Amino acid sequence: MTPLISLRKVCRVYGAGETAVWALRDVDLEIDEGDFVAIMGPSGSGKSTCMNILGCLDTPTSGTYRFRGIDVGSLDRTQRALLRRHAIGFVFQGFQLLGRTTALENVELPLIYQRVPKRERRRRAMEMLDAVGLAGREHHTPAELSGGQQQRVAIARALVTRPSLLLADEPTGNLDSARKFEILDLLLRMNRERGVTVVMVTHEPEMGEQAARRIVFRDGRVESDERLRPLEARTA
Amino acid sequence: MILSILAMAFREIRRHKMRSALTTLGIVIGVGSVVALVTVGEASSAKVRADMAAMGNNLLQVFPGSARRGPVRTLARPFQEEDALAIRREVGSLALVAPLATHSGVAVAGNSNHFTNVWGTTEDYVEARGFRIGRGRVFRDSEQGVAVCVLGNTVRDKLFGDRDPIGESVRIGSLSCQVIGTLQAKGANAWGSDQDDFILMPLRTVQRRLKGSRDVNSILVSVSRESAIPRVKSQIESLMRERRKIRPGQEADFFVHDMKEVAEAMQEVTGTMTALLGTIAAVSLLVGGIGIMNIMLVSVTERTREIGIRMAIGATAGEVLLQFLMEAVVLSLLGGLGGVLFGLAASLGMSAALGLPPVFVPWIIGVAFVFAAAVGVFFGFFPARKAAMLHPIEALRHE
Ligand SMILES: Nc1ncnc2c1ncn2[C@@H]1O[C@H](COP(=O)(O)OP(=O)(O)OP(=O)(O)O)[C@@H](O)[C@H]1O
Ligand SMILES: [Mg+2]
Repeated sequence: MTPLISLRKVCRVYGAGETAVWALRDVDLEIDEGDFVAIMGPSGSGKSTCMNILGCLDTPTSGTYRFRGIDVGSLDRTQRALLRRHAIGFVFQGFQLLGRTTALENVELPLIYQRVPKRERRRRAMEMLDAVGLAGREHHTPAELSGGQQQRVAIARALVTRPSLLLADEPTGNLDSARKFEILDLLLRMNRERGVTVVMVTHEPEMGEQAARRIVFRDGRVESDERLRPLEARTA
Repeated sequence: MILSILAMAFREIRRHKMRSALTTLGIVIGVGSVVALVTVGEASSAKVRADMAAMGNNLLQVFPGSARRGPVRTLARPFQEEDALAIRREVGSLALVAPLATHSGVAVAGNSNHFTNVWGTTEDYVEARGFRIGRGRVFRDSEQGVAVCVLGNTVRDKLFGDRDPIGESVRIGSLSCQVIGTLQAKGANAWGSDQDDFILMPLRTVQRRLKGSRDVNSILVSVSRESAIPRVKSQIESLMRERRKIRPGQEADFFVHDMKEVAEAMQEVTGTMTALLGTIAAVSLLVGGIGIMNIMLVSVTERTREIGIRMAIGATAGEVLLQFLMEAVVLSLLGGLGGVLFGLAASLGMSAALGLPPVFVPWIIGVAFVFAAAVGVFFGFFPARKAAMLHPIEALRHE
């Protein structure tokens, strides 16, 4: 079976010449469908750079990234946008919700680009908000929600399209510890119940402990890669 | 998808009501002037056409010109009634020929008096000018020399008001004449002069009893077909040269005036004005377009993060471009709508001020919206492209 994600000798260099920064150096990585991966490592070790490449928001300077066997480097901008639209959900540290727009509308947004009809869109967005525990808050704007609630809206938005891959770059970064574990539980539950492959960047060891696999980056390289829990073979 | 993007555009515009309103002002003025321009232009040429029709059908008028006597130019000698008869006899395609002896003076009836023109002519004049008889009748050829008159509507009103003038007498100088008819009003012409301020009398009556000469001041000719006008005009010219003994190559001391040429000259003036105001409209549209471009560029910068979010969740560059382009177009179409309303209101006011009939030109609405949309697309494209070219990660990092 082809892995969902496969990185081969991936390098990402920012800038050129003397000032060039090697954010990723020869990263080889494979992630199977249904896994729950925590990416850890010191600041500046290339975690976000790696996530952006996995999320098709950025392309490697060299090396190949295959998503479901498809060479992402051979896709153009539009094709990469379509891949993001249909297969990938992103959760950012800073939530990145549209301001002055209700939770419901934020969650509906990706479905608009998927051209889901309005009625269906509304139903699925409501369902997703309910799943992340925000029933009754549909019509609140981000400014009217707490940090934890905003992050749950962001998770709902990332999952409403039923992606195969959920990328979360420090999803609990600016939340207090009670909220942190709520979000982590939510991600674990989505992974378990919906079979979404989750790749999550975190700084906290106790959160990394909860993942099925833990990868540590250092200076743009994979320093360690350990399996904490077995990946159950999923029957569709 | 298009509908969703459209909904987003409206929403964004509603969020910045004041800013949007100010931005569209240029378009409102530009489109408004185009609408007002075309409408008022159309109203004024309709008015000119109506005036021309009212003036009479296919009219030529023969006037004496100026004659050179050494270094001084003086008014050339007038015509004679025989000249009019000769034209009628020798030129084909004529409907009517009316000689005209003109005189002016104070007309008195009872306690009222009014300074007016007296036109001595034949009954053909009334028909050639397309006047309709109000009451009574017009003098016949057999009444040449008899003291009877027909009143233009203004004179009738000034001298008699609501009273019936038929059978009453009107005095001009020492001549007292009996009113036998009145004419219906035509109103003012395109130049604003009153077309009803005159008294008609038989030609000989004016010649003998008011002027004391056999002079004819001009000859009015109505041509039966419009297409015959140029030929008739040149025939009259050569006939009159012959009759007035003007040698070939010598300057004529009279001229034949084609009323249609006057109308065309009038149209041309309107046309020049339209072109001038059209330029102003074009400049406003340009300025309005630049305004839209400016505000859209501001909007793209302000919403960089939003653009990043949209791209991260799967919007293609094309969809981002479409969204911003649509916003610009909606903005300019709203300006177009305002412009149409403003333009129609302005043209109503202008028409009323200029004494023109209210005219509605339906196609201008379509043209106005096409113009507005074109401005939106043209000036919205650059900002929209700027939005579409953003790199998603950099956009997300913005501010
Ligand atoms: N756009 C950029 N231009 C130049 N250098 C960059 C850019 N983005 C990242 N870098 C550099 O690449 C390296 C890796 O950055 P990255 O953001 O991937 O680290 P990180 O592991 O996510 O760190 P953190 O834990 O602080 O978020 C860093 O040295 C950073 O300075
Ligand atoms: Mg990072």
